[in-house]
This record gives sequence, structure tokens and C-alpha cells, in this order.
Amino acid sequence: MAPHPKLSISGLNKSFRDGAVKVLSDINLEVADNEFVSLVGASGCGKSTLLATIAGLQESDSGDVLIDGAPISGPGIDRGVVFQSYTLLPWLTAQQNVEFALREARYDPKEITDIARRHLDLVKLSRFADSFPGQLSGGMKQRVAIARALSYRPKILLMDEPFGALDALTRGQMQELLMQIWQEHRLTVIFVTHDVSEAVYLSDRIFVMGLNPGRIKETIPVTFARPRANGEGHDPELLELQARVLRSIREEIVGDEVH
Amino acid sequence: MSAEFSTATYVAIAVCAFLLLLAAWTIVSAIGLVQPIFLPSPYAVVAKLIKLARDGTLGNDVAISIYRISIGFLIASVMALGTAILIGAYRFWEAAIEPILDFVRYMPVVAFVPLSILWSGTSDVQKFLIIWIGTYFQQTLMFKDNIKRVPADFVGFGRTLGMSDLRVLMRIVVPSALPQIWDTLRISLGWAWTWVTLAELVAANSGLGYRITVAQRYLQTDMAIGYILVLGVLGLATDQIMRFLGRQFFKYEKRT
Repeated sequence: MAPHPKLSISGLNKSFRDGAVKVLSDINLEVADNEFVSLVGASGCGKSTLLATIAGLQESDSGDVLIDGAPISGPGIDRGVVFQSYTLLPWLTAQQNVEFALREARYDPKEITDIARRHLDLVKLSRFADSFPGQLSGGMKQRVAIARALSYRPKILLMDEPFGALDALTRGQMQELLMQIWQEHRLTVIFVTHDVSEAVYLSDRIFVMGLNPGRIKETIPVTFARPRANGEGHDPELLELQARVLRSIREEIVGDEVH
Repeated sequence: MSAEFSTATYVAIAVCAFLLLLAAWTIVSAIGLVQPIFLPSPYAVVAKLIKLARDGTLGNDVAISIYRISIGFLIASVMALGTAILIGAYRFWEAAIEPILDFVRYMPVVAFVPLSILWSGTSDVQKFLIIWIGTYFQQTLMFKDNIKRVPADFVGFGRTLGMSDLRVLMRIVVPSALPQIWDTLRISLGWAWTWVTLAELVAANSGLGYRITVAQRYLQTDMAIGYILVLGVLGLATDQIMRFLGRQFFKYEKRT
């Protein structure tokens, strides 16, 4: 086994407007190889900022972000990102969108077509390989985005509320698809969401973030056996865990209003 | 608020409005309400245009004006796109260039006409210059806006692939903005017709604008009106061609 955790963050601080607004305060966390963790918290707790910092899209004021023990320097293809907004390039087909990423990631041009096709297959979109994003539904677009982010084999998949803009039914299907991919292919995933049941269904561990400044308030392990049932969760233990996460988030909001 | 219309109804209303206008013009000139020297009948105008088309005058004038607008507009557009990419991507260049553009933009183009003649006489260069002054500054600011509107996550996506800023700009940002950039081109091409006409009105010995001043000099009102109509038709036609081409180029934008 590798001596290092897949991702390790220590003493991470970040503020906006030259220190006037502190968004992340002393973040310390570790994510193991093949672990699925979620970041949850009220709006403004900095969970998306934390994810963007791990992605290298934003810089921290202080602290370390290590992948396999090595500090990151800016964004890179060792981390794949799926954004909440649709980021497929509209002038390229689904297939070409994946190929675009592979080409930029310097894959052998001879292999690109094949790798792209296999990843569209992975998200069950082979039939829509030649469709343009404008012809795809929101769920399909995010599936292509997942295929695209996975195609170049990042060490960590970073997902920023990827299903936030989807309707409930599609969201459920996407969660199940993501679970299936995760279980079959073993990935390290950091998943930002404000949907507690989504976090409980998907995660090995849930980091609850507190407000003002954003910090890791509590780490809640989710120990239910997989595969888990999505949606119709009547299991009292499961409901209790969801309630516990929700309570933890709510305490922050109420606490914040009291100040 | 407006009621739902079928396309056919819309076209029918538009055609009726045009016919109504034409009928009003016909009646006014037929009953002699206005003397022909001020407002000739539509038929006199059309007859004059046909005559000018037959002897080649109209064709020559249209050709020379299209040549001038093409060159002037092309130069302005290429320069404006280059400037827009520069100021859209780099804060330094934005600070250095944009305030100047904003300032010049508010100077009336017509005020540059005497200077343009002083600098470049009545040659074609003077026409290009007026078209350039009239479009470059506006285009640059509009192109920049088109580029700035590309969602930040598109840039983020490119950066996560390890692409350099310049590569993100040229391979993601500018291509993303192309449909909007095309629309800006279409709109500014409409203005360019005004500027080429202006330049030809004041200092030319050929072109559509020049012919209108000749018409005024010899009291050939039918020719002046005919040429104004031709300019309207040309403007409309270029707009439709640009729309058509835009739909061809950016087919992917169409939703199913």
C-alpha cells in the first residue's frame, strides 16, 4: 500500500478580498484511495471553494494540498472536475467532447477515438455519441461530462453539485449510475452537495462544513453495506443518519443567526 | 404581451403594412398632393431604376459600394476581434486600451469626415477610413462583451486539463463566443452601410452615395429615392445572408 493518503489537506486557509472575508479556516482532512467522500453544508460554507482549491482553480492563503504525498501546483489532469453548470463545448459532439479532453491530456491520437467511445459506453451514452450538447438533456450532458472527466484517468474525481440542476428522477438515476461506475472501477471521489440523502447514499464519509468561516465541523462515517437502496429509504438507521447530518448543518445556520 | 401568431399570419401582416405604405405613396403622388419634383410616383422611381440598371449605372454603383464596404468592414472586423481578444483576456491591456476606445466611441463619426478627406482625399482609402472609424470602436467593445460572457466554468474546465491560458482562450473561449461574435458582425455590418453611404455622399465620384448627390444636383428626385430604396434592400439582404450563414455555421446551437 502507498504510504500516503490519496488526498491530504492540512492547515488550509483561504480568504477573499485580501483577507477581509475568511472563507476557509484551518481545513484538515484526508481521503483514502478509492474512498467516496462528500462535502455538505449550508450555502456559503465554502464547500465549492474548497473543491475548487483542491482542483487548483483557486489558490489558498496558506496550508497544503497533497496528492499521493506531493503538493499540487495549480490545476492538472491528475484531478478530473465535473461542474454543476454544463461545460460541454457546444460545437463538439459528445464523442468529440471526450476526445477534446484526451487530446489536451496528450493521449496518443491513435487511441483517443477508442478511449472516448469506451467512456461514453460507461455512462450508457454510446447511442448519443454523435449528438451535440444542444440535443442532449441535462442528465445526458452531465453523463458526458463524467465520461469526459474519467476518460483521462485522473487520480481523484472532483464533483461540484453535479446533479444540482437536474430533476429529482434524473438525479436518482445519475446517483445510481455514479455508484455503479464507482464500484466497478474504484475511484477516489470528492463530491460537493447540499442534498443530505444524496450524500448519505453515495458516501463512505461525510464532511459537514460549518459557516463563517468555512471549516470542517464534523466528520460522519457512513457504514451501510453496499450496494445501497436509493430513494425508498425506510431503514430507521438510514433515516436517523440523514437526520443527524441535517441537524449538524442546521445547527450552523441557527447558530449563525444568533450572532 | 402579445398573442400567439403563426408565421403565416405574421408574414401576411408585414406584407399588408408594406402594401399600405405603397398605396399611400401612390395616392399622394397621383392626386398631385405633392409635386413630382419633391415626391415622384413609385412607378416613376421604378422606371428610373430599371433604366439605370439597363445602362449599367446601377450595377456599377452597387459593385463599387459593395467593394468599399467589404474591404472597410473586413479591416475593421479583423482589427476589432484582435483587440477584443487582447482586452478581454488581459487586464493590463483592458486598462490600457478600453478607456481610449470608450472615449473615441462617443465622438460622432460624421465629425471625422472633413479630417478623413484631409488625410486621404476622395480615394477609396477615405471610404475605408470612415467605415473603420464607424465600426471598429463599437465592434471591439461588443466583441469583448461576447468573449466575457463565456461562462467561467468553461475556463475552469480548460484549466483542469492543464491547458495554458492562451490555449484556453483560443481553443475554448473564442470558439464558445463565436455565435455571439457572428451576431455582432451582422449588426455592425448594418451600420457599415450607413458609413459607406456617408463617405460617398461627401467625397466620391462613384458609388451609391455619390449617385444620390448627383440626383440632388440635377433635381432627379426619382433617382435619389430609388437609390435610397436600393440601399435599404442591400442592407436587408446582407442582414438576411448573415443570418442564413450564421444558422449554417452554428447548427449545433439549434435545440431539438
